[in-house]
Amino acid sequence: MNWILSDLWQFDFFRNAMLTAFLAAVSCGLAGTYIVSRRMVFISGGLTHASFGGIGIGYFFGFNPILGAALFAVLSALGIEYASKRISVREDSAIAILWSFGMAVGIIFVFLTPGYAPNLMNYLFGSILTVSREDICFLLGLTIIMLVFFIFFFRLILFTAFDENFAITRRMPVQFINYSMMILIALTMVFNIRVAGIILVLSLLTIPQTIASIFTHDFFRMAVISMVAGWVGIFGGLMFSYSLDIPSGASIIFLLVILFFIARLISYFLHRKAG
Amino acid sequence: MADKLIEMRSVYAGYGNAVILRDVDLDIYSDDFIGVIGPNGGGKTTLIKTILGLIKPRKGKVSYMFDRDRHAIGYLPQLHKFDPRFPIKVCEVVLSGLYDNRLRPSIYRRKDRMKAMELLESMNIQDLAKMPIGELSGGQMQRTFLCRAIISDPILLILDEPNTYVDNKFEHDLYDRLKDLNKRMAILLVSHDIGTISYYIKSIACVNHKVHYHGSGKITQDQLAAYDCPIQIITHGAVPHTVLKTHQDELDTE
Repeated sequence: MNWILSDLWQFDFFRNAMLTAFLAAVSCGLAGTYIVSRRMVFISGGLTHASFGGIGIGYFFGFNPILGAALFAVLSALGIEYASKRISVREDSAIAILWSFGMAVGIIFVFLTPGYAPNLMNYLFGSILTVSREDICFLLGLTIIMLVFFIFFFRLILFTAFDENFAITRRMPVQFINYSMMILIALTMVFNIRVAGIILVLSLLTIPQTIASIFTHDFFRMAVISMVAGWVGIFGGLMFSYSLDIPSGASIIFLLVILFFIARLISYFLHRKAG
Repeated sequence: MADKLIEMRSVYAGYGNAVILRDVDLDIYSDDFIGVIGPNGGGKTTLIKTILGLIKPRKGKVSYMFDRDRHAIGYLPQLHKFDPRFPIKVCEVVLSGLYDNRLRPSIYRRKDRMKAMELLESMNIQDLAKMPIGELSGGQMQRTFLCRAIISDPILLILDEPNTYVDNKFEHDLYDRLKDLNKRMAILLVSHDIGTISYYIKSIACVNHKVHYHGSGKITQDQLAAYDCPIQIITHGAVPHTVLKTHQDELDTE
């Protein structure tokens, strides 16, 4: 692997990809641990797919599709959070509607865009090697904001997630935490689309956490292990994708699933020895 | 003379289109130990959620006669509401009872941690402090949640069926503790087992859409019938037990 690294390090796009891998691992590690703990995986999937509407609009009007996606995802997130408390719609049905509505809007606008929509596949399947400086800035900004938010409000986030009603009776700022976290999750999903694509990005926020939960039942440790596992998956997947010449998004997810089975085996043998 | 803590006047409350509580008047005083009884679906949980502010009344008013910034209401919810797989440690659960409406960073003072450990010790579960909450037994979980409910030294403690999923020995142990806590705080205890709690409570609130307050801890089946509160009375020990016959009313409740 050394020869690949020294071979690649001279390229700008590769250094960008390495930085993206690191930021993706940190942001997905934090946001993913939250959505897995709170069982919000389906909501998060809905947000990601809904954001495709924004990508289509970005193409049509000629601005960065990721910005359109961010706007769509954040509005959807706020809408879900608002509606879940006030309107009596079955939540899973509402998410499914949002999920496909966003995709439909995206397809319509991409179709209406004159000429060929360049890089469309990169948004659907991810392409970490083509991230732009602008994409990195978004991801960097988000990661820093999220780290600060977690450092400052870690316990409020934890307690609100664990038992929202109790948190309300303690008069904790539950709404502030819930809305902030929904926005952060939506942005994490969108800014990591460049890494794994709309279709696969959800796995970046769930497979590392599933691996971590094999070894720990503590939120903080779960987040840290998820970051490490996520980084190994993204970095390793990138190496595979380069040396085997396959799409990076798919090879990252493939490697993460393999890591999951390895982790299960390790834990199986550890417990057998201990038992 | 005990101080009045909470005053409910003509309160209507419910979820969605269903109005579960109708025209409720209830006062809670600082030395009260009220047993809340009533049939399933009659509104016991709705009543305490309204008192806690988790549900806004449709009509009527709930007044708090104390400074809510200085005094807490302790709450022990029903056990089955938790996700047992949530990654949180027992000591963190207890400490969560100290957080409030201040937006403060995630740092505990040393004395907070000491207090949490003391409470866990008083419940004999200090060895479990570092365990994930999901690995505890029902009784151990209830103890943990009781610690969380009382760590803030509340002025009123509200417990929603704390006797589910626990064994008999722990149940009596719990009621003895509550009796002791009642010297420092008012207690509202929801239970489906009026026989056992009647040894500990001072008064009874029968909740069957309406609330009937009964000023003593003892209640007969005739009184229950008069209150339109069709529940079973089952007592343990030497007292002969009685089972209330089914009223027509019971069939009317949802």
